[in-house]
Amino acid sequence: MLQQLGHLSMGWLMIALLAVLASSAFFLGRVRAEQVAGSSPVRSHSRPNYHGYFVAICAVTPAALAALVFGLFGDGVTRSVLVNELPDAFGLLSATELDTYIDAVAQSAASGGYSGADRIFAAVTNRYLELRGLLNSGVIGFSLLAGGIGMYLARRRVSPQFRARARVDSILELGLFVCAAIAIATTIGIVASLLFESLKFFGQVPITEFLFGTRWNAQTSAEFGALPLFFGTFMIALIAMIIAAPIGLFAAIYLSEYAGPSVRGWVKPVLEVLAGIPTVVYGFFALLVVAPAVRSAALWLNDALINLGLASGPVLAAQPTSALAAGLVMGIMVIPFVSSLSDDVINAVPQTLRDGAFALGATKSETIREVVIPAALPGIIAALLLAVSRAVGETMIVVMAAGKGARISMDPTSDLTTITVQIVSLMTGETGFDDPKTLSAFALGLVLFAVTLMFNLVALRVVQKFREKYD
Amino acid sequence: MTDTDARSFRNAAALKRLKGRRAADARFKFYGRLAIVVALAALAMLLVSVGTQAFSAATHHVVRYDIELDPARIAPDGASAPEDISRNVEGFYGLARDSLLETFPEANTIPAQRLLLAKTLTRLAVLPAAREVAARPELIGNAYTLTAPLNHDLDLFLKGRGAGEMRVEIGSIAAAKADADGEVTLTGPDAFKAVVTRLASLRAEMGPAADTLSVLVTSGRSTGRLSDITANTARLDLLTGDAADFEQSRPAGRIFRLAESERNVSDQQIAWVLALKDLGRVSRVANTGLLTQTDSTYPELAGGLAAIVGSLLTMLITAFVAVPIGVLAAVYLEEFAPKNRVTDLIEVNINNLAAVPSIVFGLLGAALFLNFLDMPRSAPLVGGLVLALLTFPVVIIASRAALKAVPPSIRAGALAVGASKMQIVFHHVVPLAAPGILTGAILGMARALGETAPLLLIGMVAFVGDVPRSPLDESTVLPVQIFSWSNNAERAWEPMTAALIVILLVLLLLMNSLVVFLRSKFERRW
Repeated sequence: MLQQLGHLSMGWLMIALLAVLASSAFFLGRVRAEQVAGSSPVRSHSRPNYHGYFVAICAVTPAALAALVFGLFGDGVTRSVLVNELPDAFGLLSATELDTYIDAVAQSAASGGYSGADRIFAAVTNRYLELRGLLNSGVIGFSLLAGGIGMYLARRRVSPQFRARARVDSILELGLFVCAAIAIATTIGIVASLLFESLKFFGQVPITEFLFGTRWNAQTSAEFGALPLFFGTFMIALIAMIIAAPIGLFAAIYLSEYAGPSVRGWVKPVLEVLAGIPTVVYGFFALLVVAPAVRSAALWLNDALINLGLASGPVLAAQPTSALAAGLVMGIMVIPFVSSLSDDVINAVPQTLRDGAFALGATKSETIREVVIPAALPGIIAALLLAVSRAVGETMIVVMAAGKGARISMDPTSDLTTITVQIVSLMTGETGFDDPKTLSAFALGLVLFAVTLMFNLVALRVVQKFREKYD
Repeated sequence: MTDTDARSFRNAAALKRLKGRRAADARFKFYGRLAIVVALAALAMLLVSVGTQAFSAATHHVVRYDIELDPARIAPDGASAPEDISRNVEGFYGLARDSLLETFPEANTIPAQRLLLAKTLTRLAVLPAAREVAARPELIGNAYTLTAPLNHDLDLFLKGRGAGEMRVEIGSIAAAKADADGEVTLTGPDAFKAVVTRLASLRAEMGPAADTLSVLVTSGRSTGRLSDITANTARLDLLTGDAADFEQSRPAGRIFRLAESERNVSDQQIAWVLALKDLGRVSRVANTGLLTQTDSTYPELAGGLAAIVGSLLTMLITAFVAVPIGVLAAVYLEEFAPKNRVTDLIEVNINNLAAVPSIVFGLLGAALFLNFLDMPRSAPLVGGLVLALLTFPVVIIASRAALKAVPPSIRAGALAVGASKMQIVFHHVVPLAAPGILTGAILGMARALGETAPLLLIGMVAFVGDVPRSPLDESTVLPVQIFSWSNNAERAWEPMTAALIVILLVLLLLMNSLVVFLRSKFERRW
């Protein structure tokens, strides 16, 4: 009997149980409210439905909490009880071996019981199923009990004077607040997980060596000097911004100052398509088209320089994957981030400023250069900062097109590696969580998070100030 | 008059300066135009380069094998149950290979040639046929037409890539004489003039390397490799077929710019596949496998079905988690939150979260879901949760904008008839803001659909051969599949990857068109 109970799929069962509990509590509350309203001379404060909601919430909350507690700790308790009951011979197993054994037991129990020849294993599995059955019936009974008590207490409070609507509203508001607080919880989660793993890493590798060391060789030998990665990230972001800043800015200026509504109407959405294309597609484009083109251009340049007698050997590294290829494509990707925010801030500059400049006889380009751009400058800087933050944190383009060479080299055609590339290559291996390789990925993540956070905070602050100035 | 001119702005210096200023104005406008043209050109180049690659993967070549389903080979004693037949790759493959050897008996004598010929068909390509026969046992013992995709290198060759193929014209051949040592001498007045000139120009261009290039001469199902040539005569090593085929014919000439050692297809294989084509056994069909097959180590057998289903499952989880929580959070922040430090903090937080690099969410997912909560690796459940954290701020920001657009008069009206705050919001404001909220949610999902980096970190990059059935199965998603295919070395993966990209872009386009449609249909200006 208990063994059969052990097979129950508790997740769906509990959901069904809670649904039944909620609807019956609702009807009980509603009917009770109608009864008391009918027999009382006072007009009811809340409509019967709200009494129903109130009773349902009071019934479901304790039941769900009970189920949650059992769900979180039930498995651990079952296991420890089972381990205690095992014959003494099992004490010879090490902790991890025992864990694997119990895992196998749980697995075979989950797949409908063991029917093989190993009788000890069969006995342990059956005992495990019994324990689970006990636990399952406990969960069901306990949450029904908790729900019942909640329902009974809530139902007793139903009366015409009871302000059920206000109660329900404030409970719902609490729920809404919890949803909003998940945003904070996410940030805390990010910071906590990054910090926690990074601290473990810095326990093994000194932080100064990590930040200022110039040799990065995490995969083969334990060398964790991340300076080449910072350099590569900086270099590629710089190339990207050299492309994106002028193109994005001029595009924004043209769209907001020169273009007619029809041109603006189709160019702006098309530019925004650039922002909607997944980065893995850009990576493929970089790998397929741009990197070979950069390589052959570099080879051609090498030959030309040698032929002209300006160099004795190849000047550029001309590697198949290069910082330049990744930077170029990343520049294209970042264009819409620069252009759309710049476009917004340029449009926010009041028309009166332009009219004043025109009245003084300035041409349109003079007005833009001398009046509009200076007025919009904080916003434009913010747009550029956000774009830099995007470029620094971008992963797929560099993973696919920038290579893995951790070196400090000013040659844009050599392959450079970045923080994000290393995080991906460190985390996609089959290494455990306590390995310094894995931990170093978290330390890199922490640096990345801190840098982008700084850029974002400054940029968002500047934009906010700018808006306040002109709104 | 001259007096006033001198004092006015119309003197020569001023006019010159004005001209300069106007030129600067025109230049400035030109820069703006140039910037837009460059950006659009980059977009066009990206789409065109992916599109042309994908186009070549949209069709592929399949070969027909007419075989006899010999029960001794496909259903031998002790292995004749349907599930044994459906797994009997070796039996079906052997039959198809024998059909090839029958067509090209010259391969039978030399083991290396046999192997080369057998490469035409990938072993696992017979699986669909095996499954069909297993489902219909009455076919056993009868004639059967097995159709299977051609080897990916040969497929690329037939699509005109990977060998640097150039066609040259050859005049009509008067006589073809077979030697004792398997060579054929072709004669025809000026028949080989074009070949000789082309070879001479190649030699001028490439130097002595041009002498190692192969020239294949094909007539009907016979192909020979050129060993010696003058304008009127040519000697061929016959690769397949018969000297008689060249008699009174106008053969086709092919020069390959890549030497045999530099390409993935040998002259012999080319000769065979050209013969198969001449026999009408090769046909170019739509590559439906792209949508119906799962990942494979062979590009001709690979498809995106598992990745598409994985993406779908992941998106379901993301939608069920991120959209309700995001909308409720937006409702709280927009309608209920008191103006205090905590809500300010939440607000700054959300704006920041939307700009945190996606890979950081991957690290969070790895540390929290995999390491701390011990959830399964590579599962859509974990992927969906990570993407939910990522899209959550996007949904909040969009929903807040939609809620803000509902005019205060609605709220005042509801308040006036006695609604509580909660009733105002959920009976009036949220339904009116629903289209805006929905479009924001779809845009957030579109972003999540294209996201790759965080999923790599939670192990969704593993090879997955089966279509996932539940959010707990091992799985991959479209963008990650694109990434792993683009890492494969063989040339044939490039068009396949591009085709997968097109599928992804089409999905994104559909989602965005839905947004545009919803906006035009439901958007209200108050």
